[in-house]
Amino acid sequence: MSTLIETRDLTRILQETVPVTLVKDISLKIDEREFVAVTGPSGSGKSSLLYLLGLLDRPTAGTLAIRGRDTERMDEGERAATRLANIGFVFQFHFLLPEFTARENVEIPMRKLGRLGRNEMRQRASDLLAALGLADHLDKRPDQLSGGQRQRVAVARALANDPPLILADEPTGSLDSKSSEQVFKILETLVREQGKTVVAVTHDLDMASRMDRRLQLIDGRLSTQSEDATLPSENGPPHG
Amino acid sequence: MRLIFDIALTHISGRGRQTIVAMLGVAVGVGFSIAMAALMQGGQDDFVRQLVDTMPHVQVTDEQRKARRQPAEDLFDAAAVSGLRPRDDRRGIINPTAALSWLDGWIPGRFAATLKAQGVIRYSGQEVGAAVIGIDPQAEPRVSPIIGDFKAGSFAALAAGGNNIVIGDTMASRLGAKLGDTITAVSSEGLSRRFKIVGLFHTGTTARDEGEAYVLQKNAQILSARPNAINEINIKLDDPNVAPAVARRIEADLGYKAVAWQEANESILEALVVRNVIMYTVVAAIMLVAGFGIFNIISTITHEKARDIAIMKSLGFTEADMRILFVLEGVAIATAGTLLGWALGFAMIYALSLVRFELAATGQEMTRLPIAWSMLHYLIAAAFALGSAAVAGYLPARRAARSNPVDIIRGAT
Repeated sequence: MSTLIETRDLTRILQETVPVTLVKDISLKIDEREFVAVTGPSGSGKSSLLYLLGLLDRPTAGTLAIRGRDTERMDEGERAATRLANIGFVFQFHFLLPEFTARENVEIPMRKLGRLGRNEMRQRASDLLAALGLADHLDKRPDQLSGGQRQRVAVARALANDPPLILADEPTGSLDSKSSEQVFKILETLVREQGKTVVAVTHDLDMASRMDRRLQLIDGRLSTQSEDATLPSENGPPHG
Repeated sequence: MRLIFDIALTHISGRGRQTIVAMLGVAVGVGFSIAMAALMQGGQDDFVRQLVDTMPHVQVTDEQRKARRQPAEDLFDAAAVSGLRPRDDRRGIINPTAALSWLDGWIPGRFAATLKAQGVIRYSGQEVGAAVIGIDPQAEPRVSPIIGDFKAGSFAALAAGGNNIVIGDTMASRLGAKLGDTITAVSSEGLSRRFKIVGLFHTGTTARDEGEAYVLQKNAQILSARPNAINEINIKLDDPNVAPAVARRIEADLGYKAVAWQEANESILEALVVRNVIMYTVVAAIMLVAGFGIFNIISTITHEKARDIAIMKSLGFTEADMRILFVLEGVAIATAGTLLGWALGFAMIYALSLVRFELAATGQEMTRLPIAWSMLHYLIAAAFALGSAAVAGYLPARRAARSNPVDIIRGAT
């Protein structure tokens, strides 16, 4: 498999009164079609790493390449274009635009990209939502949907432009166990059947153990990369 | 762009009451600006029209702008002239027939020659100072503003010959005279002559109605002891705007002072420019206040939609997209307000145009408010409104567009 993401000594320091190190010297490679978990205690830099990988934030030092292209050489417009076409975000909270229906929310990235015609966008949005079990909720606004349904709409929106990379920041963090399992299965299907690369931040060790690889962060540093189910605990050294 | 427009409309329609208040602010500003501009422009146009109508576009008099060169100065390189005695009176325009013939050859308009002399009109023990103006009854109606203001008689009555006079109704009233009565005119030379009133006019301008009397040119020449003289040529041009050029040519060729109406009223016209500057400053101030309403609503929206901004940026929207989005929201409110303001302004102007006044205290009668219907007023008010809305939208939009989506997402989670 070819490398999708490669970082070298990736570092992000917040320049506050007292500088705060969010991530430090992270070097990793993520291949195409990988299902990667990012775990670690609260404040360990998981989300910060995800935001860097998703080009939402800029590193203080180090390099980040997506499909071999150094993202630091991109201007703001190129980074936005890369996010639009190549990266789908799923956050802990759905973050749907509240004034728009489920289908309109999914159509927004497509309309922004402008590759499809109006009818094609509408059809694709409907298909994506139907595939996620939301065929009967196309014209509902977010406040008319349950938490699990909203999160599935968010997943559909992340897939709208068929990006190769899905970044999920605790996508099941605000869901009950049944909805969590549903969303996890959807993410797993994206990797196994659609060939997407999914990088998901999670506190759920059981969920992490079912992914291809786990990146463990402690204090902003990458402490462990594991490819089996023998995983370090969230708050301490590896166990088992 | 359509997407951003849709999002913008969704945002502002989601804040109905605030949007309506901001929109009304713009509408009232635009409406009042248009009404004020229409009134002020109307007043100005009316004023200028009166200036143009009531006075000659170019007036040639027997004066000269500079002292005439003495023959000695023309003959010698260095000459000193002293002890000159001024003439007691002006001779009038020399060789008037040739001058009028020359003017007739090229003037784009009409003209009439007059002899104006100062004197006193007496009747029944009353005296009124007056300018006794000798006219050609055929030529004068083509340049005189009085022609449409006769209450009784006309200039034609002078043409019949004899000692006839036309005076203003205010003068007649002060003298206690009426049509058909015989008054006495006394010139500054001390000569007097009796005239029968054959016409009364009322222009609405007190100075004219009370202080001007028209007689045959020949009678004026006799009264002022200046046979065959004329001292004024009044010119009405087809296009009043060419008056300065015409005046310059006359002055260069005839040598007499020729004053265009613009020169004669230079300070008034300058005052009108200042008045316009003041008017548009007030319009700008009104729109600035309306802009605050827009600034307020866009600031509120950007604050409330901070999370949406972060999400849209995570989806691939750029900072420029965000700026456009919120500027568009401000401009959309201003556009709706402007359209409403246009309707309001039109209605106000229409209502004002129906108002009737009767003002005589100033010497001028005004039977209605002078109003200018000009599309330019609508466009200027719209430009001010949209401009201030764009600025009012841009300031919070810029701040919102610069916000770091990570900070907002972290705050939300």
